[in-house]
Amino acid sequence: MHVSLTVNGQRAVTDVEPRTLLVHLLREELGLTGTHVGCDTSYCGACTVILDGKTVKSCTMLAVQAQGAEVTTIEGLAANGDLHPVQEGFWERHGLQCGFCTPGMIMSAVGLLSENGSPSEDEIRHGLEGNLCRCTGYHNIVRAVEYAAAKMRGEEPPAPEWEEASA
Amino acid sequence: MYPRSFEYVSPGSLDEATSVLASTEGAKVLAGGMSLLPLMKLRLFSPDVLVDIGRIPGLSSIEDRGDHLAIGAMVSHAATASDPSIAEHAAALATAASWTGDVQVRNQGTTCGSIAHADIAADQPSAALALGATMVAASAGGVREIAASDFFVDTLTTALEPGEILTETRIPKQGGASAYEKLGRRGGHTDYAVAGAAVWLDVSDGAVSSARVALTGVGAKPTLAEGVVEALVGTDGSGAAIAEASERALEGVTVLDDLFGTVEYKAHLAKVMTRRALQQAVAAAT
Repeated sequence: MHVSLTVNGQRAVTDVEPRTLLVHLLREELGLTGTHVGCDTSYCGACTVILDGKTVKSCTMLAVQAQGAEVTTIEGLAANGDLHPVQEGFWERHGLQCGFCTPGMIMSAVGLLSENGSPSEDEIRHGLEGNLCRCTGYHNIVRAVEYAAAKMRGEEPPAPEWEEASA
Repeated sequence: MYPRSFEYVSPGSLDEATSVLASTEGAKVLAGGMSLLPLMKLRLFSPDVLVDIGRIPGLSSIEDRGDHLAIGAMVSHAATASDPSIAEHAAALATAASWTGDVQVRNQGTTCGSIAHADIAADQPSAALALGATMVAASAGGVREIAASDFFVDTLTTALEPGEILTETRIPKQGGASAYEKLGRRGGHTDYAVAGAAVWLDVSDGAVSSARVALTGVGAKPTLAEGVVEALVGTDGSGAAIAEASERALEGVTVLDDLFGTVEYKAHLAKVMTRRALQQAVAAAT
């Protein structure tokens, strides 16, 4: 079936089988392999993308359901070579270990911060409830989102905990 | 994993959708897909045809129709959870929607889809039951209304016929107050319920005048707890009255064990969740 959608600001037109999942269209048709497939049960959130302004699990959506939609993937966040503040936060605060869940975590964090610019730690943890980190690296993921939230508010991010500990 | 191959139809109107369903063997309605697509990916279910109702105009709003609220078939869990009129007149459903799935699931999945799927551990079916909701089903033969108490038939089974689409869920604006409580599989309120309870009640002249209590996750379907209502109505709704009534939560209910709890554990939880939800509703109604 014919599908046309906008991915990271670029129009994409392709033919897919009805059973093609959005994540497979992104990865296999468009070569955007930053969006990961982590599970087959819709639990892990590694495939999270932003579709018409809302985070969705692209492994649990048919490509044909995204007909006409605007999709943002992890590849669409950095602009002109500058990392998105959430990407920068994950870099600066060691928000990843193996990195497999990271694209989904980042997209969910972007979605969270678009609705709540000053989330508490509790709100961050609940906002990321649909994303699993198999390394259990949640602690620094929360710090990374706090860093990004401060940056996006134009504030100085909190100092890293390892500096506080050695001070 | 890919589902098995199927034919996909995206009708532009409800009439077109019901006529496809009437004329096509093995067709299944797709709304948000948060329950259907995982089943298809695991190949537990492989319909021949999917009828996607996501592009039919007029199914995505919550309308205040004077004596009831109408939740359209494509209204997401997130929209139900954040709607001011649902919060005012159907707090149990707002809470249940806000505790359904996770953020991404709530953005894409629908309240009506959850009700039509009728998973025993899903939150919104029992909220709809406790609120005395009415389901509206459209088919090529016309439209009919189904009371929530007749709608849930068995595990994953509702009164909907194969050619019918659940086009909206109506919640009466009935006064009183409602509440929902659960224990999620991942603790707190996260994930499907191990057990939960939805309650609606009204208070007049210092006494509970009427009530409905529905349980999540314990029986084969969302189940009305008639014993609780019998014990509670006419009392002053005090902590003692609530505690006594909650003990009767499982009268007439066959509790089923599963991976997440034994019969004893779920029975205990059902009583605790009933008590907590009743306390909240009484506090909100007085």
